[in-house]
Amino acid sequence: MDTLLEENVAGGAHTSLIVKRGQSLRITDLRGGANVSVMLLNAQEKSERLNLPDTLKCQHTAKITAGHCLYSDMGRVLAAVVADTCGWHDTLCGVSNAEEVQQKYGVGRYQELRNAFYRNGTDNLLVEMGKWGLGLPDLLMTLNLFSRVDVTDEGTLSFVADNSTAGDYVELYAPMNTLVILTAVQHPLDPHPEYAPKPIKLTLSAADASVAELCRTSCDENVRGFINTERFFL
Amino acid sequence: MTIKTLTESTLDPAHAIFRETLAAGEPWLKEVKAGQTLRILDLEGNQAVDTLFYSAVDPRERYDAQRTLRRQRSLYLTTGTVLYSNLGNPLLTIIADTCGRHDTLGGACAQESNTVRYALEKRYMHSCRDNYLRACAHDGRLSKRDIGANVNFFMNVPVTASGGLTFEDGISAPGKYVEMRAEMDVIVLISNCPQLNNPCNAYNPTPAELLIWN
Repeated sequence: MDTLLEENVAGGAHTSLIVKRGQSLRITDLRGGANVSVMLLNAQEKSERLNLPDTLKCQHTAKITAGHCLYSDMGRVLAAVVADTCGWHDTLCGVSNAEEVQQKYGVGRYQELRNAFYRNGTDNLLVEMGKWGLGLPDLLMTLNLFSRVDVTDEGTLSFVADNSTAGDYVELYAPMNTLVILTAVQHPLDPHPEYAPKPIKLTLSAADASVAELCRTSCDENVRGFINTERFFL
Repeated sequence: MTIKTLTESTLDPAHAIFRETLAAGEPWLKEVKAGQTLRILDLEGNQAVDTLFYSAVDPRERYDAQRTLRRQRSLYLTTGTVLYSNLGNPLLTIIADTCGRHDTLGGACAQESNTVRYALEKRYMHSCRDNYLRACAHDGRLSKRDIGANVNFFMNVPVTASGGLTFEDGISAPGKYVEMRAEMDVIVLISNCPQLNNPCNAYNPTPAELLIWN
């Protein structure tokens, strides 16, 4: 695969990019214990957005890992998870807002801390989405890469520590032009008492469509999801 | 499967200020004022009632499924569950529940998701999102962009230890209900689910009853 772009994103930071049809984005946890909160949209028609409920129910899964597709509300595949060394990415818990981060970690203002100030996933995603003309209504359920939350029979949620180690990566192949909005902030249920978000690396590459065969054929639903996606480009 | 203790209501339907039967496959949009209580009653059993909530003052503030789950550290909605907004404020609190658990992971059916889940030719069957869009178009305050993850009252969608998601037969039955107190003035948007392709409605969508008390 031809690498088009490599970029490190500091812990606490946010960024966005369009992963064009036929490209893949690898997200690497550089130090272990990272969490990356992600929203996806159709770059051409931004009313079409990542729909985690549709994603989960059509693949009968509550976690995301290699072989899964990330669906929009229009039955199309915004991204296919073509590689994953981590094994479990959380769909249940979303992002914290400023008040929740302050309750957990205390006050961490720019005034005192400069760029080490305490940021939060909600505001980070809203700021990044604002650059594309998007706002509060577009911040839907987010995917939390590299994090795992288990569910008991009774429904109790528990955060699983050390789900991701240094060098773990997940790779998203885009079968359509997908706007990726992301932020590297701590998971809301991460029990670590200090504000200490971890850095990540983004690697954008040109990819062959064959890399997504694993996902396209992993269930009949995904075969149909890829047909819907192809039809968007007729 | 353990179901939490069921909680009955003391409210008398004879004193409700609003009482209406919503036929299967119909939308419903209405404001419920702060302090009022809304009851959703499964008249014939195993009916999924797909529901969204918005602040009536600023509809950009709306139901947040993920915050609701993580704040209570539990996957299922039942008595005591606070339905949180995307700004972190309580929209409503569930104060009675004779069913025991309700889902907020399974989302609402749409023409497009039906093509993925069942068959491309299922596109033209009626769906919850069509209901939402119809109600939003007439109300004027909301549109497609405002439709996010909803609550599926009376639906049973367990997650397994290995991270699997299953749509189980409903645990609801005729006459089961869930009741919630509005913590702010809210717009309630309901689709009484018309899905015919899976057991969420026992393959037979049926009416629900809606009641409001002051």
